[in-house]
Amino acid sequence: MTEEETMLADSARGFLDENAPVKQLRDLRDAGKTFDKALWQEMAKMGWAGILVPEDQGGSDMGHAAVGILAREMGKTLVASPFLSSAVIAATALRQVSDSRAQQALSAIASGEVTYALAVDEGPKFSPEKTEMSATRDGNSFRLNGEKTFVVDGALADRLLVLARTDAGLTLFDLPADRDGVTRDQKGMIDSRDAAKITFDNVEATGEDVLGNVDHAMKVLQPALEAGQAALAAEMSGVAAGAFGMTVGYLKERKQFGVLIGQFQALQHRAADLWCHTEVTASAVAHAGRMLDEDPENASLAVSLAKARATDTAKRAVIEGVQMHGGIGMTDDFDMGFYMKRARVAAEWLGDYGYHAEKIAKIRGL
Amino acid sequence: MAQMAQDQSAFRMELRSWLEANCPAEMRDGNSSRDHTCWGGRNWVFESEAQETWLNRCIEKGYTVPTWPKAYGGAGMNRAEEKIWQEELARIEARRPLDSFGIWMLGPALLHFGTEEQKKKYLLPIARGEIRWCQGYSEPGAGSDLASVQTKCEDKGDHWLVNGQKIWTSYADKADAIFALVRSDRDAKKHLGITFLLIDMETPGVSTRPIKLISGMSPFCETFFDNVEVPKEDEDGISSVVGTINRGWDVAKYLLTHERSMISAIGSGTGGMRPLAQILTDDGAELDPVLRAAAIKAEIDSLATGLTLERYKDMAEAGQGVGDASAMLKYVGTELNKDRHELMMAAGGSDALEWDGPYGSRPADWLRTKANSIEGGTSEVMLSIVSRRVLGLPG
Repeated sequence: MTEEETMLADSARGFLDENAPVKQLRDLRDAGKTFDKALWQEMAKMGWAGILVPEDQGGSDMGHAAVGILAREMGKTLVASPFLSSAVIAATALRQVSDSRAQQALSAIASGEVTYALAVDEGPKFSPEKTEMSATRDGNSFRLNGEKTFVVDGALADRLLVLARTDAGLTLFDLPADRDGVTRDQKGMIDSRDAAKITFDNVEATGEDVLGNVDHAMKVLQPALEAGQAALAAEMSGVAAGAFGMTVGYLKERKQFGVLIGQFQALQHRAADLWCHTEVTASAVAHAGRMLDEDPENASLAVSLAKARATDTAKRAVIEGVQMHGGIGMTDDFDMGFYMKRARVAAEWLGDYGYHAEKIAKIRGL
Repeated sequence: MAQMAQDQSAFRMELRSWLEANCPAEMRDGNSSRDHTCWGGRNWVFESEAQETWLNRCIEKGYTVPTWPKAYGGAGMNRAEEKIWQEELARIEARRPLDSFGIWMLGPALLHFGTEEQKKKYLLPIARGEIRWCQGYSEPGAGSDLASVQTKCEDKGDHWLVNGQKIWTSYADKADAIFALVRSDRDAKKHLGITFLLIDMETPGVSTRPIKLISGMSPFCETFFDNVEVPKEDEDGISSVVGTINRGWDVAKYLLTHERSMISAIGSGTGGMRPLAQILTDDGAELDPVLRAAAIKAEIDSLATGLTLERYKDMAEAGQGVGDASAMLKYVGTELNKDRHELMMAAGGSDALEWDGPYGSRPADWLRTKANSIEGGTSEVMLSIVSRRVLGLPG
């Protein structure tokens, strides 16, 4: 990490430890909520909502490596916020378009006033290429019909980026979430965060609502997906680090058979192996952020590598975390379960291990 | 930033055109396995004229040891430049011009601990491939517990008298000289009575015996010291001890860190190694889905491990200590290398079961990799180092 990156991580850690420890997620869950709007406003004030928004639109424009630093810190304490959906994915999509409407939307994201969600999935697995939802021509406008599942942050977002099939390809629409014909059904997710099934019943969209060009969604969407995948990988590396930190701490304080359990070589080696795994993944995550900043056209391999590795590592970290804690790791009173559930949701979002492994295989010629 | 990128691209173009003009076609076969690179030394027989030409041209430019200072035969490259050099070598599948324990281990030790006179005397011949060194660390009773070395070193006034035995000495039978850990003070604590000593293999009393391995190869030897008299100083007054007498463990520890990062490079697919995908499907072999899935995972882990090695090298260059984390690099890299070779054997099927079959040295290489996670500290020792020194778990 550069000196600047270390400073960013330290200041983020300071803020999050005070305002968004794991207990905050627990309290939200116990109150039946998925998101704390006031917390998001605070983050916006610090420039986090506008981290990828140009300074002219009120953003802090810090780039994808910085996104990774923040996302990792958020992952460590499982911060529930629309950071990825709005500040990373939507902002990146909007930046691919240079019209004044997109610029206004970027300003609204940076200020924290407006949040976005990405509506791509239609089945249990991420597969944007197979999108079936239709947007059929109706005079000068389109009519959207279909159903989107696992729309992360979708129940509470102000706007939706919706991927639909048009005459000769896929098109990305940027719609207000309360447009006529949109029905949102928030799901009770294992990670206690917001996700919705959204039904589109003859929803009208005009040419104004199209982000980028009709039939060419990927030009706008692919950079946005890659930015989101890299940021999610960073968050997952933070989830792994958070779970691992708890585990190593426990090994140093828990006594059994009259000694600290951290003295047992069987546990030492499990912990050491896990640490090695987290270190290797941290490299892939950092590399993805740098590639997105320096050579975004050629970042696909780096991004998929980061997401695949982070998925694997977070899974290991939470499984080992529960195992090494013993019975207490299975209790709801203890935080480890929150890490396990978040790791599982993040594993599926924006492409699972298999999806990214297959992308890597294609690029590497396997 | 932009200026730096520009300089680097100019540097890359310069190397590329130099390589184009100077790397003989025969040396562009992607074959940097240890049996095909040049090891140099007094008795080296070049496998071809091209091998000799390639070495000499690299020596002239300092490219055998690109990061060493120019005064000692290097090219004075920084990390970023060295990375570009390696990438350009890989681009044309060029062999490394010279491999040796002098380059990998003794050189770095001398650069760190040597006197100016020692550097002048020893580094240039290493860079020029004129001397072949071997490493005398392990003993029959000191494997993973390396600091238990017992090879006796007595002060006899003008010389050291050395008696004892080393084992697992790589290529000792082909080496001109050995850098060895010897017990110079039997009463001190075990880490404190060790000296790092340079011994010419032609000294009377030094003998070697190759050990035949499961691979059929004998890369390791037993090395015996029977009343070997090692002059304390040469005719120019240059000491045969590197670092301080009785503090050889400092040198050894420094080198172990270095060695571990080096060994880890094997498995990561960096340093000019071809992607696993290419190797497995080279001959048009179709991989069954289960094997393919395993290969994809190994490729993912290789790429990420390669990035980790780069990250740690960058940290080292930035002056951030890598230290005990090198145990992680060694553990991850060697375990991965074993996996990769298992996959290569599986992809080759029964054709890969013949010693000199269609896949050449593939079976011998596969067997050789089983030593990767033993030599230079076993995987279990690496995990113990990580758990105690990195994670701070109780001993």
